[in-house]
Amino acid sequence: MTKLTQLTLTQAREGLAQGEFTSVELTQAYLKAMEQARSLNAYVLETPEIALDMAKESDRRIAAGETGPLEGIPLGIKDMFATEGVRTTACSKILDNFVPQYESTVTSHLWRDGAVLLGKLNNDEFAMGSSNETSAFGPVISPWRRDNDETAMVPGGSSGGSAAAVAAFLCAGATGTDTGGSIRQPAAFTGTVGIKPTYGRCSRWGIVAFASSLDQAGPFARTVNDAAVLLKSMAGYDPKDSTCVNRPVPDYEEAVGASIKGKKIGIPREYRMDGMADEIDTLWREGARMLKDAGAEIVDISLPHTQYALPAYYIVAPAEASSNLARYDGVRYGERVPGKDVVEMYENTRAAGFGPEVRRRIMIGTYVLSAGYYDAYYLRAQKVRSLIKRDFDTVFAQGVDAVLTPATPSPAFGIGEKLKADPVEMYLNDVFTVTVNMAGLPGISVPAGLSADGLPLGLQLIGRPFEEETLFSLAEVIEEAAGRFPVDKMWWRG
Amino acid sequence: MSVDQATVRRVAHLARISVREDELGHLQNELNAILEFVEQLADLDVSGVEPLTSVVPVELPMREDVVTDGHCPEKVLANAPDAEGGFFTVPKVVE
Repeated sequence: MTKLTQLTLTQAREGLAQGEFTSVELTQAYLKAMEQARSLNAYVLETPEIALDMAKESDRRIAAGETGPLEGIPLGIKDMFATEGVRTTACSKILDNFVPQYESTVTSHLWRDGAVLLGKLNNDEFAMGSSNETSAFGPVISPWRRDNDETAMVPGGSSGGSAAAVAAFLCAGATGTDTGGSIRQPAAFTGTVGIKPTYGRCSRWGIVAFASSLDQAGPFARTVNDAAVLLKSMAGYDPKDSTCVNRPVPDYEEAVGASIKGKKIGIPREYRMDGMADEIDTLWREGARMLKDAGAEIVDISLPHTQYALPAYYIVAPAEASSNLARYDGVRYGERVPGKDVVEMYENTRAAGFGPEVRRRIMIGTYVLSAGYYDAYYLRAQKVRSLIKRDFDTVFAQGVDAVLTPATPSPAFGIGEKLKADPVEMYLNDVFTVTVNMAGLPGISVPAGLSADGLPLGLQLIGRPFEEETLFSLAEVIEEAAGRFPVDKMWWRG
Repeated sequence: MSVDQATVRRVAHLARISVREDELGHLQNELNAILEFVEQLADLDVSGVEPLTSVVPVELPMREDVVTDGHCPEKVLANAPDAEGGFFTVPKVVE
C-alpha cells in the first residue's frame, strides 16, 4: 500500500485512468498512512467515510468514462476552507464546532473535477504564524529531521499541516492559503512545491478571511507538474468574490517542460541580506546557474523598497485582520462566554476564544486604525505598498520575466525554538515572501537543495501578474536540475 | 511611538477582548516591539505617492440589484450558540 501513496499526483491520475488501481484502493492507502502518522498532527479532522464515498463515486465515473481532471485523487484541505457539513475551525477555539452550511469556491472546483476529501489540515490559528505553533490543535511535527538528531522540527506555517501531509505522503496534494508566505515558506521547509497565484486568480469566497487584500489560495504538491494540475482546478472566475478576476485559466500543465530559452531572470540585490547564511547564498547562485544552463539570461536588478515590505505588512495585515475578525462575537457562531452585559459577553468570548498571536495582531490592528493614528500607520503603509509594487513594475517593464530569490532566510527550526523571542523574530521568516503579497504577484517555492544538516531549502520565483505559466516552466527547470527531495525515513510509523 | 498600559487597556476594550491586569505589562512589551519594528516606515518619503487600493487594475463589477440568496433561516442559525424562535439572541441591551 505504501507504493500507492508515494506516487505523484500525476502518476496516480495515470494509474487510475489505466485501471491499474481504483480510487477506493488509493484512498484506503492514504487513510491508512494518515492513521499511522497521527503523531505528526497534520490532520485536525479525518473524514474517512466521506473519502470512501467520494472515491466510490469516482470509480463509478471512471468506469462510465466520465473522468474529471482530478478524478479519484485524494486531497487534504487546509482548515481555512469552508467545507459544507464538515467542521471548519481555522484552528481557533473561537470556531470550535463550526460546521459550514456552504462550500468554498476553491474546494467546490476540486470536487467538481473529481477529487476526494481525506480530511482537514492543521494550520496556525487564523493562518497567523510561520511555524504552525499557534494552532489551537497544537503544533504540526515536520516529517523532516536534522541528520542524526531527533529534535522535532516545525513544518513552517501557516499552512504547516498541508506541507507536512504532502511531504509525509498523507495525501496526493493539498490546498493552502498565503497572506505573507504561508504557502511558500512551509513548502520550502518540507521539500514540497507551493505556489501563491496572482491576487484575484483564485476565489476567496468561503475561505476564512485573514487580510482580504493579501489572502490567496494555492496548492501544495510533491512535483511542479502536480502543482500545475491542482492550480488549474482551483483557479477561475467567481462572481461571489468581487476581487476574483474574470479571465480564462490557462492549461498550466502545458507550461511544465516548456523551454525557458531567452527568459530574463532578475536577481534582486536587496535580497542579499547582511548575515545571510552561506548555504542560502550558495543555493541561490546554484539556482541562477541552473536557469542559465537552460538558456535563461540572468540580470542583476534592484527592488529598492524591499526592506520596507515586512514592516508595512505588519500594519496592513493586522489592520485588515482586526476588521475581519470582528465577526467572532459569540452571537452567530462559536462558543459564547457569558458576561453581565453584551459588551462584557463579547470581551469574555473573544478573550477565551483567541490565542495569544491572534489577540496580539487584532490589538495592533485596532491601534493602527484608531482615531489619530490612521494616517501615520495604515495610510502610510498603503503608500509604501504602492512603492513596493512600483519596484516590480519597473523591472518587469525593463523586460524581466521573473525574479529569483531564496524562499526563506534559513532552513526549518525546532519546535519551541523561536517562541520565547519577541514576535518580530518569528515575523522575519517571511522577509523574502511578503513583498509578493504586498504587490499581488504570483510566487512559487520549489525545493532546490539540502542544508548542511540535511533539511530542505527552497528557491522562490516571482512572476508578472497572471503569468503563472512562466513560473511553472522555470520551476520545472530547477526541479529537473536539482532533483526532488522526498523524506527518506518514515520514522513516525514507529 | 510606544504605548503605555492605559493605551493597551483602551485598545483591548476597542477590540472587545478582555485583558487581565497582570497581562498588561507583557502585552505592552509585545505591542511596543512590533511598533518599534514598523517605525522604520517613517524614514521613507511618501509625499505624492497614492495609497495602493487594489493590486490588480480591475473595476469592481456591478450586479443586478436582486435577491440571490436567502430563505434558509435554519442554515443561517445552524451555528449560533443561542438561537431562539428564528433569531440570534444576545444579553439584554435595553433597560
